[in-house]
Amino acid sequence: MRRTSTALVALALVAAATACSDSGGGGSSSNTPGVTGSEIVVGTHMPLTGPAAAGYSKIAPASKAYFDYVNANGGVHGRKITYKIMDDTYNPATTQQVVRELVLQDKVFAILNGLGTPTHTGVLDFLKTNRVPDLFVASGSRSWNQPDKYPGTFGFNVDYTVEGKILATHVKQTQAGKKVCFLGQDDDFGRDALAGIEKILGPVAAKQSYVTSNPNVGPQMGALKQAGCQVVMLATVPGFTALSLGTASKIGFKPQFVVSQVGADLTTLKKQLGPAAPLTEGLISDNYLPLSTDDANPWIQLYKRVNSQYNGNAEFDNNVVYGMSVAYLFVQTLQAAGKDLTRDGLIAAVEKGGFQGPGMAPLRFSKTDHSGYGGMKMSRVQGGEQAYFGTVYQTDDADGAVQPYTAAPAVPPSNGIPAAP
Amino acid sequence: MSIVRERVSTGPAVTPTRDRPWKLRYLLWTVGGAVAVVALTYALPPFRTYQLATIGAYLCVTAGLTVLTGLNGQLSLGHGALMATGAYTVALLQDKLAGRGQWTLLVSVLAAVALATVAGAVVGLAAARLRGPYLAGLTLAVAVVVPAITSTFDTTFNSDQGLSVVLDPPPGTIPVERWQAWLCWTGALLTMLTLAVLVRGRFGREMRAVRDDETAARLAGVGVARTQVLTFVVSAACAGLGGALVAVLAQSVSPGAFPLTLSLFLVMAIVIGGLGSLAGAFWGAVLLVALPALAHTVTEGIDAQRLEGNLPLALFGVTLVVVMLAAPGGIASLNPLRRISLHPLTRIRRKA
Repeated sequence: MRRTSTALVALALVAAATACSDSGGGGSSSNTPGVTGSEIVVGTHMPLTGPAAAGYSKIAPASKAYFDYVNANGGVHGRKITYKIMDDTYNPATTQQVVRELVLQDKVFAILNGLGTPTHTGVLDFLKTNRVPDLFVASGSRSWNQPDKYPGTFGFNVDYTVEGKILATHVKQTQAGKKVCFLGQDDDFGRDALAGIEKILGPVAAKQSYVTSNPNVGPQMGALKQAGCQVVMLATVPGFTALSLGTASKIGFKPQFVVSQVGADLTTLKKQLGPAAPLTEGLISDNYLPLSTDDANPWIQLYKRVNSQYNGNAEFDNNVVYGMSVAYLFVQTLQAAGKDLTRDGLIAAVEKGGFQGPGMAPLRFSKTDHSGYGGMKMSRVQGGEQAYFGTVYQTDDADGAVQPYTAAPAVPPSNGIPAAP
Repeated sequence: MSIVRERVSTGPAVTPTRDRPWKLRYLLWTVGGAVAVVALTYALPPFRTYQLATIGAYLCVTAGLTVLTGLNGQLSLGHGALMATGAYTVALLQDKLAGRGQWTLLVSVLAAVALATVAGAVVGLAAARLRGPYLAGLTLAVAVVVPAITSTFDTTFNSDQGLSVVLDPPPGTIPVERWQAWLCWTGALLTMLTLAVLVRGRFGREMRAVRDDETAARLAGVGVARTQVLTFVVSAACAGLGGALVAVLAQSVSPGAFPLTLSLFLVMAIVIGGLGSLAGAFWGAVLLVALPALAHTVTEGIDAQRLEGNLPLALFGVTLVVVMLAAPGGIASLNPLRRISLHPLTRIRRKA
């Protein structure tokens, strides 16, 4: 019976693989997955390689660096934070795989800051079924804000529709009468952004879309040039922002570019464009976190300290600022959840809200609102530097007005680690 | 045409099993496989069970592909696209039939197989007119066109983001992963049984006759084109089933799940496993799941960014080279894993 022996060998192999890979789940006092007396394991999925890696690959290491800084100072309630970073190459199919591995095999306590609209959309149901807290998704899709459908999922970014409304309001005020067009990613990211823009401006003159699996926007840019666009609004990841700027320049098309925050980090764009970096001049965008070049800002000073000590002094850009801000908020959440850490407790702590952090806009967490930051401030590239101008605006993703927000931003605690409330 | 049944020249001349009626033997293997899978789903932790389910889904595809390539001599680099056909069918139908109970899944999967069969017939008709590199080129084009189709008809297929697959929770208190493994292996074992019966009979002989010498086959009254198209259709149906099961596993479909590399991996997997043998298809399916996982384990400690995600490919390449040098017949031909291929005549013969 050779076949039987084959089957037995196969069984033995599988069993061996199982034995090798399964470290017993430590017996935590609260019996919560991923939590022991001395450790909290959280995981994320990020595009470390692939079409969206430019810029984004720096986010998770920056978060990890901040956690290392907190760990070196005694951790949270005596627990060190272990951050498992999985590369999903911005491919929704791979995201499915790596998130299952994190949840089922590594038994993470929560998923933190999983990046990408198309990628993360695919794992919402899986995370819900397994009751895994899904905090501060790195995307501005409106999907994260569905407390009834996905009670454990929370956003972080200003949602693309809110952002679209704020950007469009600026365009309406400063570029009145100009022909406004749109190029966006062919998924919820692009669709949500366009929805916000059209709420303010009405239908755009021309709209085009791209897919990350096809790194070419020649036809799209050609069509926008043909349509006589004077302002082009982009809902693009950094690699495709750079590609759009470069392609437009090649065909002698020089509109005013207005770019979503997630695709407008100047350091990343300059690196992508290389010698064509001056094409970024005049680029309009927005943000809600301190800009990496603002050395006078106490948050930037803190992050730069952490970056040099725990992040191998990586090039300091807005992605690093973003990653550390997410990590700071997560530590705040853990502090608020208390010593007896459970998944439900964590979610309750986020829903309680009231977090003061580096952002200039309000964080909106509540029982009925799972979206993240709610406002933006416009920025412009001038003389090769990205800088804020104007005031912070806030609005909602429906038909609410775009209004100024005037509260002063918080300052970081002296040791750079949020205290328990 | 009388087919002379040779004895297999390798290994012991006669084993007791070979005297038992083959129908009973096939049935025993199938039942044995089912028992083994059920036992494993109770023994393994959830993630391993999920991987076991994935092996089952891939096994449907590799089994069909090994019959096409190993027994009929048609190379297909486009089976990823046929999987995508099945997967998208399931996604779209499940969405339409949402909330009507578990039976909808069966309908969706059957529809997926049917649609992949149709797609396979179209590709197969073209493929039957082509040989060698032209055949490879055609099937390659089929694999490459998937992302383009999903972004061209983005209102239906939602481009790169893909679609969610609406699934009812498993019946009773069965854990999701266990349920998935049962579903996938039901498909896999049925596929194996069907193919084993199919290649044992007249159709199998015709396939191999066409592979070995088309002129001789024609002289013997075998319809060459018909056999080639039929084989392609059978293989496509298996790929459609595999794709449908992959969609059920991932609870989502997107073009990124069916890239060109998947089609290439499938061919590599059946070659490493042992071309033309169903046992080889099994080992190929295991490799498809195990090697990327291994690659991930290897890179966990080092800076994975430098490898640009190409390590699984490299691992596959190294495995291919090593196995081909050590065992030209693939893993399935290795002692003590030696197993007689489906039929004495199925061993690969190099044509001069």
